[in-house]
Formats: sequence, C-alpha cells, structure tokens
Amino acid sequence: MLNKLTIKQAKEGLKKKEFSSVELTRACLDKIKQTDDKLNAFITLTEKEALEQSKKADSLLAFQGETLEAKPLLGIPIAVKDNFSTIGIRTTASSKVLDNYIPPFDSTVVAKLKKAGAVILGKTNMDAWAHGSSTETSDYGATRNPWNTSHLPGGSSGGSAASVAANQCIAAIGSETAGSIRQPASWCGVVGLKPTYGRVSRYGVVAMGSSLDSPGPITKTVEDGALILEVLAGKDPMDATTSPLPVGTYLSDLSNLNEDFVIGISDEYFITGLNPEVEKAVKKAIEKLEEMGAKIEKIKLFDPKYAIDVYTIIQRSEVSSNLARYDGIRYGNDRSFFGEEAKRRIMFGTHALSSGYYDQYYNKASQVRSVIIEDFKKAFEKVDVIVAPTSPSLALPVGSTKDQAMFGELADVLVEPSSIAGLCGINVPVRFSKSNLPIGMQIIGPQFAEKKVLQAAHKYGQETQNEEWRKKEPNL
Amino acid sequence: MKFDVTHVAKLANLPLTEGEKKKFENQLEETIEYIESLNEVDTIGVEPTSQVTGLVNVTREDEIRPSLSHEEALKNAKSTHNDFFKVKGILSGE
Repeated sequence: MLNKLTIKQAKEGLKKKEFSSVELTRACLDKIKQTDDKLNAFITLTEKEALEQSKKADSLLAFQGETLEAKPLLGIPIAVKDNFSTIGIRTTASSKVLDNYIPPFDSTVVAKLKKAGAVILGKTNMDAWAHGSSTETSDYGATRNPWNTSHLPGGSSGGSAASVAANQCIAAIGSETAGSIRQPASWCGVVGLKPTYGRVSRYGVVAMGSSLDSPGPITKTVEDGALILEVLAGKDPMDATTSPLPVGTYLSDLSNLNEDFVIGISDEYFITGLNPEVEKAVKKAIEKLEEMGAKIEKIKLFDPKYAIDVYTIIQRSEVSSNLARYDGIRYGNDRSFFGEEAKRRIMFGTHALSSGYYDQYYNKASQVRSVIIEDFKKAFEKVDVIVAPTSPSLALPVGSTKDQAMFGELADVLVEPSSIAGLCGINVPVRFSKSNLPIGMQIIGPQFAEKKVLQAAHKYGQETQNEEWRKKEPNL
Repeated sequence: MKFDVTHVAKLANLPLTEGEKKKFENQLEETIEYIESLNEVDTIGVEPTSQVTGLVNVTREDEIRPSLSHEEALKNAKSTHNDFFKVKGILSGE
C-alpha cells in the first residue's frame, strides 16, 4: 500500500528507513500493472530505468542530512505527461506522428525532477498534442476515469490525473494551456496546480500554445503541489519567457495565510448549464471558506464566454504555427499521421493567420485578451483570490467528444479566462456527486501569486480533511 | 462565411481526404460562426496582448556552448546522407 502515500508521507518513511525507494517504486509499478489495462493512463512505462533510479536513490538516502535537503524528491516515484521530452525515452505527445521519436535531450522540467532525485515511472497518456479536455483524442486510446471507468478523466493531462487518483504514482506532472491541469484534476478528484505563465520552463515540452503553455504538478495534496512547484519553478536560460522573479517559499509558508484574506466570487462563473451538483458543492465549499475566516466579496468579472472565442483563435493560431515543424524529415512521421483534432486545429489556425484575416481574428482576439487581463487586474485590487467551479460538468461518459468540433474549448470555459491572462490557479476536490464522481473547485490568483493560491487551497484541505468523502478510494 | 478548405490545407501542408475536407468545411464554418460573438466586445483603442509576462528584449551572451552531436541530431531521421538530413528535391520536384 506504499503507492497510496503522499510525497510528504513517502519522504518521512524513506528518511526513517521504514521502506526503501525500490520498495516504494515497486509498489507503484505493481499498481500500474494491476490497473492500467482498465485505465490506460500510461503510454510508456519505464520500469527498468525507474528501478535503477530508485536503487541509486536508496544509496544516496543512506547519507541523509544535506542530501535530503538538496534533493527534495529523492526516491519519490513520479509519472510524467508524454509531452515532456525525456532523453532516451520515447516521447509521443500521444500522436502517431511521434510514435517512434526518442528525444536526444531532457526537458527542463524532467531535468529538474531528476536533479531533485525523483524516480520517473513512465510517460502518461494525454489528448494528442494536448488538444482536448478528455484524453479521448489520444492516438493510443482514451484514458478512463478511475472513479468510474466508463467515464473520461478529462484532459489533456488525463493520464497524469487518473494515475494520481488511482494511486499508481506518488505524484505526476502535467501541463496546461487552458484547463489541461485543473480540469482533469477536477474530474479525477485530485489537486492540480497551473502555475503562472513563465513560472515554469517550457523548454522541451512539445509546444501547443506558446503564449499559454504552463507545466505544473498534479498531486494528492496541496502540500505536495507546493513542494513540486519549488522544484520546477524559476528562470531558465533555455526559455526566454521564464520570469527572473525569485521562486517563492511555497512549502514553508503554506500555513501562513493572512487573517484578512479576501475571496472574490463572480456570478459570471456560475454559468447557465452548470451542473447543479457542481454548483451546490462549490457554493458549500465557499461557505466553508467563509467559516474558516475568509472574507467573501462579490465581484463582477468579464463574461467567460468571450474567453472561448479568444482562446480558440489564439490557441489554434499558435497550434498551426507550432505543428508546422512536423515534416517527418528530422524526426517522427510525416503530416499524414496527424489525427482529426490536430488537423482541425491546424486548419482553423492557418485560416486565422492567413492573408486578409489577421486583423479580424488574431488581432481582435489579442485585443480582447488585453480586456480580460485588465478585468482581472481590477478584480485583484479588491480580492486576494477568486473562487469558482473548475469544470461546468462532472466527468463525462466515454464517447462524449465524438464529432464535437469545439469540445475542448467549450468544456474549459471556466478556466480559459485565467489562462489567457497568464494567471495561476489550482483545482482542489470538494466532494463527490451522487453518482460518485469527483467535484472540483478552482482558486485563481494574480500572476506569480502561487503562494496565496496554495495557502488558501491548503487551508481548505486542512479544514476538510476529516470529512467522510475524503476517505473514498477508486474501486479498481 | 465560406471556408476555403482546399486553399487552407495547401497553406498548412496537410494532406486531407475528400471526406475530411467536407467534414472540416462544415465544422470550421460552425466554429467561425461561433467566434463571431467576439465582435460584441468593444476594443476601440485597446492594444493587443501577444505575451503576458511583460518581459522585453530578453537576450543572452552569444557564447559557444555544447549542443547535440551530428549523431544525436540525426538519430531520429528516416533518411540521412553523410551527416546530413536527406530531403526530396524542391525545385525540380524530384
């Protein structure tokens, strides 16, 4: 049952020599082997490498002291989304275009995980090229939701979220362009942190929307998310859009939430069509936050429906540009290997950027992007964070995306505005539906306010940790 | 509005079947219709945002640093010739 541990618990056990990293890693690998026929969370399992890394971790663990300080993830088995380049390990981004691609370098995120001592279990399934919110557009088959395998896990980081929820790993890495961490975390009932754009390096991540992509952790607890963010965040010479701002002390300050903390609530985010159970659960969670001492302030935010348009145009334009590099010459297969969703997005983006249409689409969307940014800036003059539902629905049944030309963009309406503005946000589970599917709430903060967002999420987690629903486990 | 699927596919260098062309034409016209609501937002005098971090002119020293070897760079290529990627002729159509 070692695979059920959080990072914090696993670190304590390793330190006290209650178990070894090899044992911990084997427990995760066993769980993967036992459950992944049903879940399809992994595309590539790196058992041999993981066991080697865990053996090395065990020999380092013998030194204790400074080694543990310098390597905050020493011996901890982690699953990584398959759009992060891994040296010598196949990286497909769930597309047959990259079916046989073996990167000759590590992404900065993976390099930092390795430096921190993490054991990498394998590469997780996702929507192909991260285009989607279901994991159903994967060329390697959909991932299933651990809470009900006839339902989807969300996406695009669906493999990572499902893997954490099913206790196949201690924690996982995902990436979000707009929703791809928070939404699958919501549908799978785990914690998903989307850092501010520019907080975590994009170097070596298969690019989707270059002005939006933000790698981040998917974890069992907020505390684990804070720990991983400290490892991943920071300026990277290989990604010029990373911020030189110092990395926060997310973990040590986790419990230092200001007493006069103000939470903004906007009716615009309780949209028509919002699942009534989601609405009820999130409103109840907001009441709980108020009981905890937070001041609740009603604010009026710009209607998120326009964010769908802005996001569709900007993201698909960037997609068409980023996917232009796949020519089958230097690596991978040729362009006939693109799946339907990628083709659709490339086509739209190419159209939006083509001669005569730039002003009408890309420029207009970039102007409305400025409007959205200003709107959030004003809101954050009055409130510390904004709380809203993460997804308007519960996890949908397998097959829901068939012939939906804008499934991803529509499903992520509540996370798109903050992504467009480059803000940080976190999904925390708040309870389950009657049908036993998880419900999530998001806490959105200003740019580089990860500390505040984590503090609020942690406080909520602490106050509700003894609630009955938290004892539930997926039955696999 | 009409979506010129053949023209756009050519620009995007995407090989599409007739069936795909028909499907995408309908779906993309739908998408274009959908995003028209953006015109409801008044953006007169609003500067467009293309990046959100506010960083400008990020430069680094122009120094020689280690990079991929020929072997590593060519490892994933399907067709190579003497340390080069081998590609089809462009001008002659070979």
